[in-house]
Amino acid sequence: MIEIQDLTKVYGETAVVDSVSLTVPAGQICVVVGTSGSGKTTLMRMINRLVEPTSGQVLIDGQDTRAEPPHMLRRRIGYAIQGHGLFPHRTVAENIGTVPKLLGWDKARTDARIDELLTLFQLDPAEYRDRLPSELSGGQQQRVGVARALAAGPNILLMDEPFGALDPVIRAKAQDDLLAIQRRFETTVVLVTHDMEEAIHLGNKIAVMDAGKLLQYATPEEIIANPATEFVAELIGGDRSFRLLSLSKVVAFVEPGEAQGEPIDSGANLREAYAECLWSGREALPVTRDGEHIGRITLTELARHAARPQ
Amino acid sequence: MTLATATSARPALAFDKLGVLIALVAVAGAFLPFSIFRANRIVLGEGRMLIDALDGPSAWLTIAAIAVGILVALIRLAPAVKLAIALAVLAVAFVMIGRSATYLTPADNTFARVSPGAGFWLLTFAFALMVADALTRLRFRPWPRIAMLAAVGAALWLLLWSGAWNDLSILKEYANRASAFWNEARTHLLLAFGSVAVATVAGVPLGILCYRVRPVRAAVLNVLNIVQTIPSIALFGLLIAPLAWVAANVPGASTIGISGIGTTPAMVALFAYSLLPIVANTVVGLENVPEAANDAARGMGMTGGQRLMSVELPLAFPVILTGIRIVLVQNIGLATIAALIGGGGFGVFVFQGIGQTAMDLVLLGAVPTVALAFAAAVVLDAIVEMVSVGGRTQ
Amino acid sequence: MSVGLVIRLIVLALLVAFLVSPQTFVFVFRPLVRAGQPVIYNQGSLIDLTLNHLAIVGTAMVLATALAVGLAILVTRPFGAEFLALSRSLANIGQTFPPVAVLALAVPVLGFGTAPTLVALFLYGLLPIFENTLTGLTNLPPTVTEAARGMGMTGRQRLMRVELPLALPVILAGIRLSTVIALATATIGSTVAARTLGEVIIAGLLSRNTAFVAQGGIIVGILAVLIYDGLSAIERMLMRRTGQAGRQA
Repeated sequence: MIEIQDLTKVYGETAVVDSVSLTVPAGQICVVVGTSGSGKTTLMRMINRLVEPTSGQVLIDGQDTRAEPPHMLRRRIGYAIQGHGLFPHRTVAENIGTVPKLLGWDKARTDARIDELLTLFQLDPAEYRDRLPSELSGGQQQRVGVARALAAGPNILLMDEPFGALDPVIRAKAQDDLLAIQRRFETTVVLVTHDMEEAIHLGNKIAVMDAGKLLQYATPEEIIANPATEFVAELIGGDRSFRLLSLSKVVAFVEPGEAQGEPIDSGANLREAYAECLWSGREALPVTRDGEHIGRITLTELARHAARPQ
Repeated sequence: MTLATATSARPALAFDKLGVLIALVAVAGAFLPFSIFRANRIVLGEGRMLIDALDGPSAWLTIAAIAVGILVALIRLAPAVKLAIALAVLAVAFVMIGRSATYLTPADNTFARVSPGAGFWLLTFAFALMVADALTRLRFRPWPRIAMLAAVGAALWLLLWSGAWNDLSILKEYANRASAFWNEARTHLLLAFGSVAVATVAGVPLGILCYRVRPVRAAVLNVLNIVQTIPSIALFGLLIAPLAWVAANVPGASTIGISGIGTTPAMVALFAYSLLPIVANTVVGLENVPEAANDAARGMGMTGGQRLMSVELPLAFPVILTGIRIVLVQNIGLATIAALIGGGGFGVFVFQGIGQTAMDLVLLGAVPTVALAFAAAVVLDAIVEMVSVGGRTQ
Repeated sequence: MSVGLVIRLIVLALLVAFLVSPQTFVFVFRPLVRAGQPVIYNQGSLIDLTLNHLAIVGTAMVLATALAVGLAILVTRPFGAEFLALSRSLANIGQTFPPVAVLALAVPVLGFGTAPTLVALFLYGLLPIFENTLTGLTNLPPTVTEAARGMGMTGRQRLMRVELPLALPVILAGIRLSTVIALATATIGSTVAARTLGEVIIAGLLSRNTAFVAQGGIIVGILAVLIYDGLSAIERMLMRRTGQAGRQA
């Protein structure tokens, strides 16, 4: 659990981060959204003390982060950044093994961990261990960057625009991989982005920042339904209904019955189901799970969920 | 690119543009004196054309080799073929210049001097150009380049060791002062390599300091820039007085070899000249470390020292090494000036030669200096390339 | 006027004053000489030597610039493209020839005096200018040259209106580098009897007169710093005028 209490960072005259307080429960993803210059990156960098706060404090599992030297604190917090920051002169294995080496792990344990992570990120260890970062594609570099951040099994992972440099197709895949891995290790994640779409997709809770202030800290549903300020509403954009639909899965709204045409999988989200209805001109879609028919979802039901929650 | 379209349209058998230039130089070389005969070491020489400079068979063999070389130069062929032929022609020319000296020197005449003529130099230049062109096209990797340098060095050593060149004027000058030559060689190496070594030990930490502390950077780099503008002979001279004072007044200074004239001021001056490139390249190298890599290193919990040793310095190393390469080549040349203030080195022969208008003596100093600088450049370029492989990605 | 400019103008004024009336500055150099030695260089006019020094360097630089820029343009055109790689490695090899060696080797062909010095400075000055012109002409933003092609400029128009103007600051940086090296190297020319400020330094070395060495060294040093700064200022101006202030020369 990360507790940020009344955190402020002043450069010269300006408060880049202005008394921000928020709590990220263990095992959850908190996405900090804002435009550039909003203070979101500075807020994140104060968690692992890459930036020292002017005032306020950060508690990790109840313990003040100032209780230990900053480099020791950072070794137990994963850190992944835009453009991955891989060391260009080190192999993939050496890059991933950076923190374990700093922590003094023995070679066998480090090697086992490297192979485990590479496999997890769908990179064949035999093939990729000894490559240099320059010999990887952009998506592969990004995966190695995240693997390196997770190498020592941190409880907390800080990510600064980790998918910013990726093209849309690879980015969607990387986001899903992150969700899967986060669930598996139950890591607490703080992720900074300027992309509201990404925030809604990944976050258990979203913190919206502007000009150093925390405007709203709430679940995606809450933020879409009740944006705290004009600015938050603007960040969400005009297509709020579709964003809302994309948050829920078909499986939760299946009703018994039959429908005509191509079925939809129960794991798809409501937005996809809605689009399919409109595209094929149907009032209802058959729903299947693992190929088996389990019911149907109707256009009326979908439209009801696209409306502003009361 | 325009280059690709320009070459792809060419017919299979065609003239090589550079070959035309090489051929013109080589033809000129063939019709200029191959060697120069002088009755003694300082009178004006008389040129000897190829056909007069060698015994009949040797002369015709040389002419044939040059003809083949010119022909090969003119036609577009694989670079490897051109390289082999050019090296062969050079080998013939190098052996023949020695034979020419033996052939032209009358028996038992120890005053006569035979030296390479304009023809020999032009031929060497033409075919060296062909070698350089072929090597550029072949793009050898670092190790093969060093191996080739070693092979050429071994071939030259063989020529010298076998005595094939003993009748050449430059070697007669050498024979008269063999022990002095090796003494000065040692001094020259000590001056050039010693000053670079000391400058590296001092310059890299200074560069790191300049990188970390901004105000220091401007001050240090400005001072070093001004040092560079002082002409070398003046800097050598200006150090004489303060060092003489140190030798006289600092206890123990003279016992460790510090004195106003000789090697010490030369060493100090070369050291001063070396600092700027090393410090500046260290700063540039460190500045070029990708921001993201540095941030990631900090974020993962590396201390300042760990970051410096395992991220910043390794990534800056090729650039620092490039600075050392520049300085080493420069100092091998500058060390010749040390002779003007009694500092020794190959410059002794150059300046003695200029004083006596004995060009063979000038060559005895200049040729080893150029060879040394060239070899150092080839080896260090190769090392820089080796350490840079794969390291520069962002 | 900035502080830097004021300082440079003062230094220039002092230099001119010293050259015109060296005796005024006796007090500065007195501590450097031993009893009975002349304090101010007395074997010739300092101002003549300075002007001659500058003339030799200037001539060599003009010739070197003309040839080096011409060659660099040639090897970056389609006609000379196949010489590009070779010319790069030749320039690289040429750098390894020490100036003293070039000077000494020019003597047998040209005799003693100004000529070998001029040739040595010219040959040695070629390389930095050539290298920088190549860099300037080959490192242009590809979008700009593509746009010029796309608008239908001929090769010649592209060269004169786009490529050379954009490369000019980098070319000038090469000329600056060559000039500073040449100013210092010209002093060595006095070992083969060229009339440069090296005479003053060598006279000092021969008679163990540190004041002479200092006078020669300081004049050359100040000239180098002022010329270096002046050319740098012109470069910065050109960079601003060509809208490349952000790019590094």
